[in-house]
Amino acid sequence: MSEMVALGKAGTAIRKANDEGRAGLVGYLPAGYPSYEGGVDAIKALVDGGVDVLEIGLPYSDPVMDGPAIQRAAEAALAGGFRVKDLLRTVEEIAAYSDVPVLVMTYWNPIERYGVDRWATDFAGVGGAGLITPDLIPEEAAEWIAAADKNELDKVFLVSPSSTDERIRLTTSACRGFVYATAVMGVTGVRETASDLAAPLVARTKAATGLPVGVGIGVSNAEQAAAIGAFTDAVIVGSAFVKRLLDGEGPAGVRSLTESLAEGVRREPSAAAGR
Amino acid sequence: MSTVLPDQLGHFGRFGGRFMPEALIAPLDELTQAWRSAMADPEFTGEFDRMLREWAGVPSLLYDATRLSEVAGARILLKREDLNHTGAHKVRNALGQALLTKRMGKPRVIAETGAGQHGVATATACAYLDLECVVYMGEVDTQRQSLNVARMKLLGAEVIPVTSGSRTLKDAINEALRDWVASVDKTHYLLGTAAGAHPFPAMVRDFVRGIGDEARAQSLELLGKLPDAAVASVGGGSNAIGLFAAFIPDADVKLYGIEPGGDGFETGRHAATITAGQVGVLHGARSFLLQDEDGQTIESHSISAGLDYPGVGPEHSWLAETKRATYRPVTDADAMEAFRLLSRTEGIIPAIESAHAVAGALEIAEELGPDATILVNLSGRGDKDMDTASSWFGLIDGETGHE
Repeated sequence: MSEMVALGKAGTAIRKANDEGRAGLVGYLPAGYPSYEGGVDAIKALVDGGVDVLEIGLPYSDPVMDGPAIQRAAEAALAGGFRVKDLLRTVEEIAAYSDVPVLVMTYWNPIERYGVDRWATDFAGVGGAGLITPDLIPEEAAEWIAAADKNELDKVFLVSPSSTDERIRLTTSACRGFVYATAVMGVTGVRETASDLAAPLVARTKAATGLPVGVGIGVSNAEQAAAIGAFTDAVIVGSAFVKRLLDGEGPAGVRSLTESLAEGVRREPSAAAGR
Repeated sequence: MSTVLPDQLGHFGRFGGRFMPEALIAPLDELTQAWRSAMADPEFTGEFDRMLREWAGVPSLLYDATRLSEVAGARILLKREDLNHTGAHKVRNALGQALLTKRMGKPRVIAETGAGQHGVATATACAYLDLECVVYMGEVDTQRQSLNVARMKLLGAEVIPVTSGSRTLKDAINEALRDWVASVDKTHYLLGTAAGAHPFPAMVRDFVRGIGDEARAQSLELLGKLPDAAVASVGGGSNAIGLFAAFIPDADVKLYGIEPGGDGFETGRHAATITAGQVGVLHGARSFLLQDEDGQTIESHSISAGLDYPGVGPEHSWLAETKRATYRPVTDADAMEAFRLLSRTEGIIPAIESAHAVAGALEIAEELGPDATILVNLSGRGDKDMDTASSWFGLIDGETGHE
């Protein structure tokens, strides 16, 4: 039913992966960490390692949805003087470097402060593909939805295990690109095992939309990526990459983890499970 | 004009709403429903009123402050919330939400606290109602307010020092929200002010609006008429909205919110959120907000820990924008002068938060003239502020203060 849904840029990239019989891999890193250039190099390492979609975080002073690893990186980026204009520069450099769709994950206030319309224009102008908005629900998003539609940007809203079926319908119908399923109740972070909340949430979400569903659940290794990839369209990995940077492993560490995860989503069980 | 607000999604005009993770939206819906059904249930409101009366010392007195009035040059009435159990208006909100937590069948309460007053009020209500209590407090504040940490622990609460960000109140809120996202099935987040995502601003207002409802009736009894002005300090804004709510429909009663002016508004080191005039989104609602060009939250500054917050409740933003209420800053120095004045004229040592309201009332008295009657919310007592006052005034041997 993909012709009926708003695949956008990120959804198209994920469906291309799905057509190869595997889940897509979405990689997250905050911009500006450990430095402006270091951040750009780390994001390029995600590309080189084989992610299908990029998710670049805008460091924010009050990241209530993020766990300790991402908080630490964001605090360091801001302490280093990182500005919103540096995010736009980062997106521009990455968009010039590869064809992998570049989404930005941002808390809402910086976008509202920038001016929603002006943001959409400037962000599309540097090659950005869309936004993931963790603290914006469709009911509060009229201005963003209009600006995104005008600029053909992806709008990725979140669903959660606590979402009612009615809210899942509302939320997925506002999405373009994919639907972000936060499959544990809690903040971002590396976890030992996959949550049994993930599969039912994916099933409920797929019942409501033909859009691809990406799962963010604290995946940190190839085995988990394979397990999650078996029942969803895309595996979203963030904190594990950030930890590589916090541990001083640099772009090489990010790249080796990306390659390992990219191998994970290509393992046989995920292909066999179908989607 | 107030009765229809907020709308179903929690908006006061363009302010308020819900800017929250999706994971919390269904729980916020459940909370809204539980709160509305509780407020419509005479059994719940009767129990709340009984506990306030028998346990918390409410209704608080309305006190005709004649000696302060002589100095002020207008008649000043003090709403004595400082005499409530735990020493501030905050016990009303803590008790109301704790009782609602019981009604929802949740065994655990979390809260944020700055200086510790809301944490103590919450720990007290949780001890009384047999609820598990966890309080998040910035690491900096746990060190500055070790006595309040001890109080909370004595009352059976767990105090968790927060080491992220600026390690103060706003980071304690962030950490409490992180806990809540992961624990919402069994946990209520007992937010300490009339801010945050819907239904908190309206719910907290309803639990503290007794301040103004009582004061309005007490004014009519004492004066045979309403006061000319009602004055309260505004940090997050719970004591002020608690006072204002009853008077919003009374167009002849002027409403003044006194913001913390810190070192002086012009210095940039203040917490006068509405005066600064920038609209943004923080901690779940659209409201006025101290922020930089990029929308990053700016740290606030105030001598009063209870007012030291870079945001403000959305209903205050709406009252400011519609000009129903006036918001103006008072500096640390003027607040401390009022702190001493009230101590010496009336024998009442106020909380520094409340001293801001007194300082504002002194200015307003000059503007309204000798025939005016001004109602001031004395939202809390000053015991907790004696360290600050001691160093400010040089009251301890060997220290030099601002004398």
